[in-house]
Amino acid sequence: MKLKGWKNVNPGAVCTEAGSALQFKTGSWRAYRPKWIEENCIQCLFCWAYCPDMAVNVKDGKMTGFNYDYCKGCGICALECPGKKGNKAIVMEEEGK
Amino acid sequence: MMAQKSGRIVAVTGNEAVAEALRQINPDVSAAYPITPATDIMQRFTGFVSDGKVKTEMILVESEHSAMSGCIGAAAAGGRVMTATSSQGLALMWEELFIASGTRLPIVMALVNRALSAPLNIHGDHSDGMGARDCGWIQLWSENAQEAYDNTIQAFRIAEHMDIRLPIMVCLDGFIISHSIERIEYIDDDAVSKLVGEYKQLNPLLDLEHPVSYGPLILPDYYMEYRKAHAEVMSKVPGIVLDVAKDFEKISGRKYGLFEEYRLDDAEIGLVILNSAAGTSKDVIDSFREKGIKAGLLKPRLFRPFPYDEIGNALKHLKAICVLDRADAFGGSYGPLFIDIAASLYPHKNGPVLINKIYGLGGRDYMPSHAELVLNELVEIVKTGKVKMIKEYIAVRE
Ligand code: SF4
Ligand code: SF4
Repeated sequence: MKLKGWKNVNPGAVCTEAGSALQFKTGSWRAYRPKWIEENCIQCLFCWAYCPDMAVNVKDGKMTGFNYDYCKGCGICALECPGKKGNKAIVMEEEGK
Repeated sequence: MMAQKSGRIVAVTGNEAVAEALRQINPDVSAAYPITPATDIMQRFTGFVSDGKVKTEMILVESEHSAMSGCIGAAAAGGRVMTATSSQGLALMWEELFIASGTRLPIVMALVNRALSAPLNIHGDHSDGMGARDCGWIQLWSENAQEAYDNTIQAFRIAEHMDIRLPIMVCLDGFIISHSIERIEYIDDDAVSKLVGEYKQLNPLLDLEHPVSYGPLILPDYYMEYRKAHAEVMSKVPGIVLDVAKDFEKISGRKYGLFEEYRLDDAEIGLVILNSAAGTSKDVIDSFREKGIKAGLLKPRLFRPFPYDEIGNALKHLKAICVLDRADAFGGSYGPLFIDIAASLYPHKNGPVLINKIYGLGGRDYMPSHAELVLNELVEIVKTGKVKMIKEYIAVRE
């Protein structure tokens, strides 16, 4: 993306384009990475509902993994995930390990 | 052509005059919290709201931080917004002041200048306004109730101008102006609403057809571009202030500039002073003129952005100047007004000798004898070429 000069920025930094956060990839902020363990997933979609960004991929009503371009590694999904019989379907792993 | 004059002549306080201007403008929203000596403005204004004389949505909040937050929200939503405060109230708004200006919201705020605590003091001085001078707002300063009324009306036109969209403070001296009764000429309601005009929105949050977001995170890749844009937009303000003054003169017959020059053209010595003390000083200047001493005065009106070039040019021919500050800049060596005047004269190599007096803090009276003392010192400086002390407190006990 070509960066704009000061003459072309919006007054007051108001975003006038809906959904422009899509252009702003924040995945590099992540220190922990959520890992999906499919066999423990009951498809409750809690992870999708609780994720503060748009980092949980859902296709045809089913969780299919993470979008690491936007996942900041907050771990909310892992905390909320009920998993199966006490076994979490999301675990957080340290990046770079 | 004679300027068309209209309206009533009344005897009112500065606060009453500002409240009357706000009634005539009838803003969409106001969020306010009481603080002496500004309380009276909003007290009168809420009276207008209760009596149905304005259609303003009045939000009574629990602090000045909330007052400015409410104003910011309402302005972002797309409303014409105003509030009033003083001293600690302005200090509590501190963080929100920068958000209002950085978000380019044309909020109008009457600032009834009052000393800052501690020690606690409710009286007039400029430390509140000076503390907020670099927060990206426009500041207009007013000598008397008439100027406070006139500036309040012009403030809306200036702030809301589509080329700038900036918040603006209208400063007037606490108690000395806010609570003293003076003769004022009010302009007719119709003429005021015509001058101020219908509010034009810019990116209103409540326009559901065009959704927008306010307050995004701006990282090092863009923050400087926004700051540079803000610095540039400030430079457009003086031109707009002058344009609005011209339109204002047509309905009032009263002339305004970026600053007032009083007997300055051929002056050799001069005072630079803000707000109410300028009135006292002008009388003393007259008495010096009668003695054949070429004294003059410059009173800044647009203090932010500071019109450096124009003020430098207006002062450069003088031999000696005293800048009187009703606030100190602790540890900053000189008073805030002095610092700007010195900067405006910096390009003029053989410019006047400058001295700085700190006066009137916490409502200490500024007397004609003080102006006399200072002018006599300037006469002496011109005669001897010697400066005893560049900066000094006056009318203070040892
Ligand atoms: S770690 Fe946080 S950001 Fe990443 S997917 Fe989970 S909830 Fe979303
Ligand atoms: S919260 Fe856990 S169990 Fe529920 S859909 Fe997400 S990964 Fe699967």
